[in-house]
Amino acid sequence: MSDCYRIAIIGSGPAGLSAAARAAALGLSHVLLEKTDHLSDTIYKYQKGKHVMATPSQLVLRSDLAFDAGKRETVLGLWDNQTADHKVNVRRHAEIKSIVGTGDPIPGSIMKTVTRKRDGTSEIKEMQRLAPPYKLTLADGSEVMAETVVLAIGTQGNPNLMGCPGGNLPHVQYQLDDPAMYNDEHIFVIGGGDAGIENALGLAGDAAQGNVVTLVNRGGEFSTAKDANVKALMAARDAGRISIMLGTTTRSIEPGWIVLETADGEVRARCDRIIARMGSAPPRGFVEACGVEFASNDRLAFPKLSAVFESTAPGIFVIGALAGYPLIKHCMNQGHDVVEFINGNTSLKPADEPILEAKFAGLPGGRSVADWLELLRSNVGILNGMSPLQMREFMLDSQARAYRAGDVIFERNAPGSSLFGIAEGQVLVEVNPNDPSITVGLGKGEIFGEVGLISGRKRGATIRAGTDCILVEISRTAALKLMSAVPSASREVTRVTTERSLLQIFKSGLTPADLKDAVAAAKVETMKAGQALIKEGEEGDDIFIIRSGSMVVEKAIGGKPVFLSYVPAGSYVGEMAVIDGGRRTATVRAAVKSDVIRIPGEAFRPLLAAKPGLTARLREEMSSRTQLNSYIESKKDSFEGVVDMYTGVANFLVDNGVGEATDVLLIDETLCIGCDNCEKACADSHDGLSRLDREAGRTYAHLHVPTSCRHCEHPHCMADCPPNAIHRGPTGEVYIDDTCIGCGNCQRNCPYGVIRMDKVPPKRPWLISWMLFGQGPGPGEPGLKWKKKHADPEAPKKAIKCDMCSGQSGGPACVRACPTGAAIRVNPEQFLSVALLDRKGG
Amino acid sequence: MRGRAVTRAPRDIAHEGFLTHGRMRWAKVAGGLSVLAIVAYALVDQTPRPNGGTALGYLLGTLGLLLIVWLSTIGLRKRIITTKPYSLKAWTSAHVYLGLSLIVIGTLHAGFQLGWNVHTLAWVLMMLVIVSGIYGVVVYARLPAQLSANRNEATQPQMLEAIRTLDRQLDTAAQPLARAEADLVRLSLEECEVSGGLWQRLTARHPRCGNARARDAIQGLVNEQMRRAKPDPALTQILFLLERKDAALAQARRHIRMKTQLEIWLYLHVPMTIALLVALTAHVLSVFIYW
Repeated sequence: MSDCYRIAIIGSGPAGLSAAARAAALGLSHVLLEKTDHLSDTIYKYQKGKHVMATPSQLVLRSDLAFDAGKRETVLGLWDNQTADHKVNVRRHAEIKSIVGTGDPIPGSIMKTVTRKRDGTSEIKEMQRLAPPYKLTLADGSEVMAETVVLAIGTQGNPNLMGCPGGNLPHVQYQLDDPAMYNDEHIFVIGGGDAGIENALGLAGDAAQGNVVTLVNRGGEFSTAKDANVKALMAARDAGRISIMLGTTTRSIEPGWIVLETADGEVRARCDRIIARMGSAPPRGFVEACGVEFASNDRLAFPKLSAVFESTAPGIFVIGALAGYPLIKHCMNQGHDVVEFINGNTSLKPADEPILEAKFAGLPGGRSVADWLELLRSNVGILNGMSPLQMREFMLDSQARAYRAGDVIFERNAPGSSLFGIAEGQVLVEVNPNDPSITVGLGKGEIFGEVGLISGRKRGATIRAGTDCILVEISRTAALKLMSAVPSASREVTRVTTERSLLQIFKSGLTPADLKDAVAAAKVETMKAGQALIKEGEEGDDIFIIRSGSMVVEKAIGGKPVFLSYVPAGSYVGEMAVIDGGRRTATVRAAVKSDVIRIPGEAFRPLLAAKPGLTARLREEMSSRTQLNSYIESKKDSFEGVVDMYTGVANFLVDNGVGEATDVLLIDETLCIGCDNCEKACADSHDGLSRLDREAGRTYAHLHVPTSCRHCEHPHCMADCPPNAIHRGPTGEVYIDDTCIGCGNCQRNCPYGVIRMDKVPPKRPWLISWMLFGQGPGPGEPGLKWKKKHADPEAPKKAIKCDMCSGQSGGPACVRACPTGAAIRVNPEQFLSVALLDRKGG
Repeated sequence: MRGRAVTRAPRDIAHEGFLTHGRMRWAKVAGGLSVLAIVAYALVDQTPRPNGGTALGYLLGTLGLLLIVWLSTIGLRKRIITTKPYSLKAWTSAHVYLGLSLIVIGTLHAGFQLGWNVHTLAWVLMMLVIVSGIYGVVVYARLPAQLSANRNEATQPQMLEAIRTLDRQLDTAAQPLARAEADLVRLSLEECEVSGGLWQRLTARHPRCGNARARDAIQGLVNEQMRRAKPDPALTQILFLLERKDAALAQARRHIRMKTQLEIWLYLHVPMTIALLVALTAHVLSVFIYW
């Protein structure tokens, strides 16, 4: 056993490397443990020549290693050299299997880990934490002792390994760096996820390579892979380039051969190479086993950390992506800082201090950053459960704002998905759009703006500052992170949304006190797309408020379901049964994945009995719905074909994501002459790259939904954007800003395939010189050849999508430039209405 | 201020085609203009006789000239994508109806005096442009729905790719065949164009289509074998692929035919417009020089 190191750093990514370099510079005894044979495996695995971005640009880099945006090779080369220069003590091929304390048991420090099993039950294991020094056991059995451990292992985890006999043979690999490296081989790709399919397609892409590629999938279909990948795979199979074996597992591997277990029995086949892409195990299990507690059971939760990155296990520090900071600069700064902290430097201000200072600069009171954070944390109810470190990170995505009495904070119908918390003062909510003088006050500690956050829709009311006040505006990303990290915050937001939705919908002089029972009995339920919330003819008198997503209402007329209406988030359904008793008169289905608040009928009826105004209001609403139903039924009698068409078109649009859209481009193919002027206009008004593919996409009854952004209420693309570059703009558009690092997550997350990764082509010659002299490629997106010849090959690829031509006073160029009026942009509320019936009927 | 309800850039939400745009606003304008011109022509005393030289003639001529110049700028409007509000649909609508009104305005300007001179040349060119334009309006109104129905959600590259895929499958399936039969398959692979020349594009007729010939020949072989015993499965597979390719070809060729019909008239309309502008210049100059 070696001596006891002061610091053992696990993982040589940007965070770990930077920590090791700092430790080396400070002359601390340290060891950097890397499981592979090279440094910084995640970046090493980037494809050759990939441009590595350095965002956020305003963040100062504080590290002994240099870093700037550039090619993968440059960045890695620089770090290799500087690591050597700093005489960092690196130990490669050092995969850590376990970390356990060797000191005395720490009184009262017990680690509880919850393991959820596939059958839904969970098991709780308890582990007594032991004091440092820690014993690190490596995969090869050797041990390392260290007083402190810095975990910088990232979130990639380890690939799942081939468990069958022969799985450790040299021709089994878990990664494919360059498909062009292999020729004339029999290759088996194991695993039908995106990675496996992409690898298989890459290997079989060029027939001249002469590879015989077989994809082996355990299941009968490709349920986890992207649709586009599966289609490409099927096309490759139909073309005879790839064989696919479904319902097949690997029995054993021998040099040159593979034995597979298929539905029809065992098959032994020639095999020169096996590429296993069977997913990877997230590192959480390992981290928990070290005694590090996570903030919640949420899949996306991060470890609980102190302000100096120390986890719940004393002496174990967590930094980098695992701590929730996926960007390289953050990681490197944390590596530097954590070693300073371990070395006893308590006066070090975090590198984000200047950013936070700037955030609080304009506010009255002249407090320090730490004081401000504490003020917000203690005053705003939902922030109470946060740690100081979480508060710092939280504030990076949020804004503190001061308002004078009377200032408008946001207006009704303004787009916005941020949540506000009141740290000081009071705000007034204008509950009646027609009379701004009727207001409801909200005081210190309360939140508002949650409707925009939860439903993804426009603001429901104008809010003014009642007194001078200090608010914290929490961006959508920060709010979602907060809700997943702090369960009490999530519960509070749910309670407030339920109460306020009820108040807003049923107005008529209700107070929160009236609603107490109804709110307490309310439950949030999640509906899958297509799932029926209410079935026609069923008993039941629960009322549902649609919290997010949207619903369609259908009624069986003459044995066929007929589309009645589209119900957006923020509305309610099911009120008829409460008022009139009786059975459900129509079916309500979720158009997209939706959250609804269920209020049991028995909790609602006392409210109705006590408030006659409420009943009157509901009756009014109900009569307008009944009118609509009978209007459509009457049409059905006389124009059956028209109503069938109407239902067909409505269902088609809902199936194509119009249900979650806020603004979608449709093409009337009775008018479209296929000139592609929409695409050309799109390219010409956006750096020469079109964000729409007119011809692709689904069509029904001559109504075509092209491949173009729907500006979803809850944009899928926003879900996982490392630099947080995707936002909703002032006119409701979802756009990607300049800080895009080109990672492609949004492209993979978009279910409609509307995001492309490309580089901006160079400027082309003037239009007139094209018209008169044929110079350049002409209007629209330049062809591949021209781009290749003129573009900068080093330019990074970035994600590109529709921004609804924001900032252009003329509105969307695709619509403006359509010569026949075929291109229209609609929102589902307007379009999925009776107007559609008249369109087809007229 | 943040959080303000920003009104969106104005946009056309009325779902109208270019012919009915703005409740047929431009049809009304153009119709009114034509009626006005006819009434004036009937009522105004033009001595010695109606032609371009009278006051009304000048008025109509100036109007016609301005209209023609403006109408020809739609080509620029379509290609220069500016950021300010405009609607190309409104332009098209106005272009169609005002262009039609030129029949009346131009003819009345000429006072029905046609002959073999540069002035009539301009009138004839104008009429040709208008007639080709009318053809354009007709195909724009009729073909898109057929184009969409024929496309059946496939894009043009997908249609061509489908044919290439069938070619690859045919190539593979033909490997075990004897020379004579393989030669038939080669007909489909080598002597079969999807689009062809202009006439073929316009009509979608390919009487010498290699695929059709191969299909007929192989169908004959299969029929013959069927009479005797079970046909060769390799051959029936080929026949199946040839039939599928036939359907794919027919779809792609119909697509190309309609796309060609939607575009071809522009190859007449636009050059003729340029010729018209030249002839108009000559007409105006000669009128002023030889007055």
